[in-house]
Amino acid sequence: MSVHEFFAMGGYAFYVWTSYGLTLVVLLANIIIPVMQRKQFFVKALKKKR
Amino acid sequence: MLLIPDSVVRFFHRMASPPHFYAFTERLMPWLVIIFLFLTGAGLYGGLYLAPPDYQQGDSYRIIYIHVPSAWMSLFIYVVMAVAGAIGLVWRIKLAEIVAISSAPVGASFTFIALVTGSLWGKPMWGTWWVWDARLTSELILLFLYLGVIGLYGAIDDKRVASKAVAILAIVGVVNIPIIHYSVEWWNTLHQGPTVSKLDKPSIHVSMLIPLLLMALAFNVYYLIALIQRARVELLQRERNSQWVKTMVMENKQ
Repeated sequence: MSVHEFFAMGGYAFYVWTSYGLTLVVLLANIIIPVMQRKQFFVKALKKKR
Repeated sequence: MLLIPDSVVRFFHRMASPPHFYAFTERLMPWLVIIFLFLTGAGLYGGLYLAPPDYQQGDSYRIIYIHVPSAWMSLFIYVVMAVAGAIGLVWRIKLAEIVAISSAPVGASFTFIALVTGSLWGKPMWGTWWVWDARLTSELILLFLYLGVIGLYGAIDDKRVASKAVAILAIVGVVNIPIIHYSVEWWNTLHQGPTVSKLDKPSIHVSMLIPLLLMALAFNVYYLIALIQRARVELLQRERNSQWVKTMVMENKQ
């Protein structure tokens, strides 16, 4: 199977890759948002101290 | 407590203590990420590359490797949320309340993924993005239940009170879970019947089943990772006036 064939997904490329791409975005957001909120918490808490 | 070994009891007692939970999950995180990446890599390689195209649906069926595990997770996380909520309601364990509310955004995300990937699969196979059939409608109601839990929690300032309210909503909503599961059997739906859960004779070839199960495992580990990340923020915010959080801020740790 060639690389081109792989990405073509037998003509269903749009449906398959949109599904996988969207899943990646949603799953990443669920990690990035809380990590940023935790950083933010420490920044704010330190400011209050000073 | 007779049947449970002492060490296990002690583990859960310690995990229920916020500073211990915070420190333990920090050490656990890299291992979870490694396991998740390994399972996902193997699952995607098997599902997107090794597995043959479906004899009826061609390559479009490959959406199954995220659609079905997401749908399973959307139900599983809801049950975890309701059980943790009930434990928090009865025994007032703070960490149970935090597990319940921290599960909500992850569960909502998986429900959203299941709905959208289902739509993207339905369009080429059924010729429509959406139908108001029993499976799709009950799954959409699940999304609204999750959003209701998140909204209700945000609307109440006292987080101990908010947790009580959220737990009751989550427990009442459990009635929707068997409805979703059996919808394809109780009603005539456009959605296809179960392919995997007929354990005696699953109507899916082993080359497709193995990557599917790998992705399901990967999503379970992902849930643990995302849950922990959410729970740690929630814990910090709730415990911001306690000594262990103040000490961490002073020492400029994260």
